[in-house]
Amino acid sequence: MSRRPRDPHHNEKIAAEFDPAADDGGPKLSRRSFLKGAGAAAAVAGLLGVQPAAADDAAPEPPLAGAAERLGPGPATFKLRINGATRTVTAEPRVTLLGVLRDHLGLTGAKLVCDRGACGACTVHLDGAPVTSCMMLAIDARGHEITTIEGLGAPDRMHALQDAFVAKDALQCGFCTPGMTMALSAALEANPNPSPAEIKHAIAGNICRCGTYPHVIEAALAAAQAARGQA
Amino acid sequence: MAASSSNGFRVIGTRPIRHDGVDKVTGRAKYGADYAFPGMLHGKVLRSPHPHANIKSIKIDKALALPGVKAIVTSADLPALPDKMEAAGEQAINLNHLSMNILARGKALYDGHPIAAVAATSPHIADEALRLIEVEYELLPPVMTVEDAMKPGATILLPSLRNKEDGPDKETNVAAHLQFKRGDVAEGFKQADYVIEREFKTAMVHQGYIEPHNAVGIYNADGHATIYCSTQGSFVVRALSAAVLGIAEGKIKVVPAEIGGGFGGKTTIYLEPLSVLLSQKTGHPVKLTMTRAEVLRATGPTSGSTIRCKMGATKDGKLVAAQCWLAYEAGAFPGSPVGAGAMTIVAPYNIPNILVDAYDVVVNRPKTAAYRAPGASNAAMASETVLDELAEKCGIDPLEMRLMNGSEEGTPQTVGPPFKRIGFKETVEAIKNSPHYKSKLTGANRGRGVASGFWFNVGLQSSATVNIHTDGTVSVVIGSVDIGGTRAAQAMIAAEVLGVDINDVRPTIADTDSIGHTDVTGGSRTCFATGWAVYEAAQDCVRQLKERAAKLWEKKPDEVVFENGMLSPAQPGGELKPMSIKQIASRLARTGGPIVGRATVNARGVGPAFATVCVDVEVDPDTGKTQILRATIAQDAGKAIHPSYVEGQMQGGMAQGLGWGLNEEYFYDDRGILRNTGLLDYRMPTCLDLPAIETAIVEVPTPGHPLGIRGVGEVSIVPPPAALANAIYHAVGVRMTELPMSPPRLLKAILKKRAAGEAQAAAAD
Repeated sequence: MSRRPRDPHHNEKIAAEFDPAADDGGPKLSRRSFLKGAGAAAAVAGLLGVQPAAADDAAPEPPLAGAAERLGPGPATFKLRINGATRTVTAEPRVTLLGVLRDHLGLTGAKLVCDRGACGACTVHLDGAPVTSCMMLAIDARGHEITTIEGLGAPDRMHALQDAFVAKDALQCGFCTPGMTMALSAALEANPNPSPAEIKHAIAGNICRCGTYPHVIEAALAAAQAARGQA
Repeated sequence: MAASSSNGFRVIGTRPIRHDGVDKVTGRAKYGADYAFPGMLHGKVLRSPHPHANIKSIKIDKALALPGVKAIVTSADLPALPDKMEAAGEQAINLNHLSMNILARGKALYDGHPIAAVAATSPHIADEALRLIEVEYELLPPVMTVEDAMKPGATILLPSLRNKEDGPDKETNVAAHLQFKRGDVAEGFKQADYVIEREFKTAMVHQGYIEPHNAVGIYNADGHATIYCSTQGSFVVRALSAAVLGIAEGKIKVVPAEIGGGFGGKTTIYLEPLSVLLSQKTGHPVKLTMTRAEVLRATGPTSGSTIRCKMGATKDGKLVAAQCWLAYEAGAFPGSPVGAGAMTIVAPYNIPNILVDAYDVVVNRPKTAAYRAPGASNAAMASETVLDELAEKCGIDPLEMRLMNGSEEGTPQTVGPPFKRIGFKETVEAIKNSPHYKSKLTGANRGRGVASGFWFNVGLQSSATVNIHTDGTVSVVIGSVDIGGTRAAQAMIAAEVLGVDINDVRPTIADTDSIGHTDVTGGSRTCFATGWAVYEAAQDCVRQLKERAAKLWEKKPDEVVFENGMLSPAQPGGELKPMSIKQIASRLARTGGPIVGRATVNARGVGPAFATVCVDVEVDPDTGKTQILRATIAQDAGKAIHPSYVEGQMQGGMAQGLGWGLNEEYFYDDRGILRNTGLLDYRMPTCLDLPAIETAIVEVPTPGHPLGIRGVGEVSIVPPPAALANAIYHAVGVRMTELPMSPPRLLKAILKKRAAGEAQAAAAD
């Protein structure tokens, strides 16, 4: 499925949201100190695998002086857009998006299972597309709209898929359920009329050890039908 | 909710919406790792990188000096425990072995064996601290297979281990030899026209629950401790943690969180005592969670095994003798499920002459834990494929072969008294009559296989309370965790007895201080035994309701009738109007106070479970890959309380069994290091690997149980590997004797057969 077009003002937003003055004991950076130590910082950034959050593989842009940044190893304070709200987070740059959601923001719906992007239990939406939040650093999620299972729907206003999961009993222990639901809701958004094969493809990366796959597929088909009926 | 079900039940047999569904689909359900407390520290465990080594020294100074590190513990911080079987709570266990598996004492016995545990202000700092702990190891040769471990002169894992046969002076890796015997096998085989004997090897596999183990320990200065964790048995966690820590059992409270799968693997302890110990040292709550690699390396998978199985039949298909030899990997400490393997291997059949030898063998692998019908799938892989060969020799349909020889009421069990009423043959009939088995399978390299399986099931102890509230709603409190629909099923039983709407019943899973002792969720016992307790507790409410109505009506309790939630006078007519529970509930204060129904059971007369499955496969002869085309399972549930959850257990066990059969295995290198510690390499079935599994619930009620329930959680995993092996044979003509039947293994077998065929053709030329 395709991602939404990237916001053209992405870089500026990042620059505005990153707060180098946060009182966190970590290294303080100003534009001047950055320029002084630019070489070393670039090396550090390379070593840590920290990439400018604006990196876009579809349309590579030459990094602007001052747009690159050095974060860490101490905590940095930054902002994330989560479930429609802006949340300020102070975390070490090595912390994953999943880590920030679960340990810093108390959004424990996404689950830590494999930490290697192999099971899908930590799936959230990044600008509407499913991502495994264990495989993404939180700082790389800046400037994106993040949606978690908590933001997809609440008990009093459930997403059609959540309704269908309950009605079709598409869960046994429920641990893979948030990830399954997020993967499927993104898939249904991209393709409101999926075939069972297309649904299977959407959850091929989500492991359910209780063996509820057939019920999950049934729930997805029911949710798609319900959503189409409403439209 | 469906209006009514068959057999005169109103709620039982219907499929209401589960009570925990909304919480689970909105991400609000709290699993163990979701708990957080103010001031909470994070723990990590240092694990041995060696499968077998003496631990010469552990230096923690540098790690302790790292800012943010609050405490480090090793086995020196745990009390020494007796090296013998002792009671811990309700089970007998070697407490020294249990303690040594929590933190290694003197020796590291498997790749991943815990050496030390750290508490720090963040998980990252705790991780860094692990790297600063200096451990000096003296490496010993790893012993990885039962064959190596049983050889004379084998390297010894546990110097104090002895078995009865070899006596008190001989060091050994064989923890136990069990033998089961009936008739005379030598005589039996003399009567046989056909005898098949094969040797099987099955790989160690993991339950694969996707939720990693977790625990939050909070130690109070008054000596009491609370543990939040995802477990199949909160009372087991309490008893075992208390024993390992040397704390009185009553001073620990275990709060069971939601559980993200267990399948037997969460019936023991790993992190729980460490969380308490680290909390005691630091004065803070401490949370530990495992990584996936830790789960695979160092929690209890189930045994790999070597099994020899020899069975004989007369020309007309009558089984006359079976001789089996089983050796199971226990892991680093004794306690494989080989006994269960031995007792299940030919249990579905009435065979007059049986000799089964079983060996429990320690090897440098993690200590095995229960996994869904522990030990039975390995065993069935052997006996059910040998039976398929015999059926072919005899020219008899494999299902007919099973019906001809199948166990029924009165058939002697491998051990113990004869079977009471069981539904084995009914499961075979159900498969025979299934649309799947009646369909024709066509196409090259396609084959159909069937197999059956047996599991004992257990009863054990459960407690339940049922409260009638002032508004007439009902709460059901149990000590069994909800691992796959427990809440709904228990609420349904209460609703059935009390004649109330299922939505007016709220099920709650209580902590160890808030409900009477309840044994582990295992052995397919929860619906059977906890359901029995809930049934009796609800009946206790009924008894009290009648008393109260009698009081209001100035009658005797036996002059009150209770039916479908209505209390009415036994003698109709007069001015007294029937009362609903809702009506009387608001008047309880005037009749003597609240109504609390309670019951405890130590459930006897458990009903054994049988299942028969049918699988169609297509094998790619060029790659050895097997695709499952269609799968059906028939299983005896006694009485299905919530048929969807019964089907869920049947499908779930079958899915695991199919993964076991085709792909899953622990892969150790020649140094004894586990090489597939992630979910890409430990290959569990995805939705692309499995067909929709068709189900046929058979209901042969368990005699003695008030609702006829049989446990349904386990037996479904027993037949699938064998059924796959039989299907593969019928597809491509090779008899597989190793699990998993992964593409490389199957391809090797196909190529071997092809080469043999070509050699034969060349010789004929």
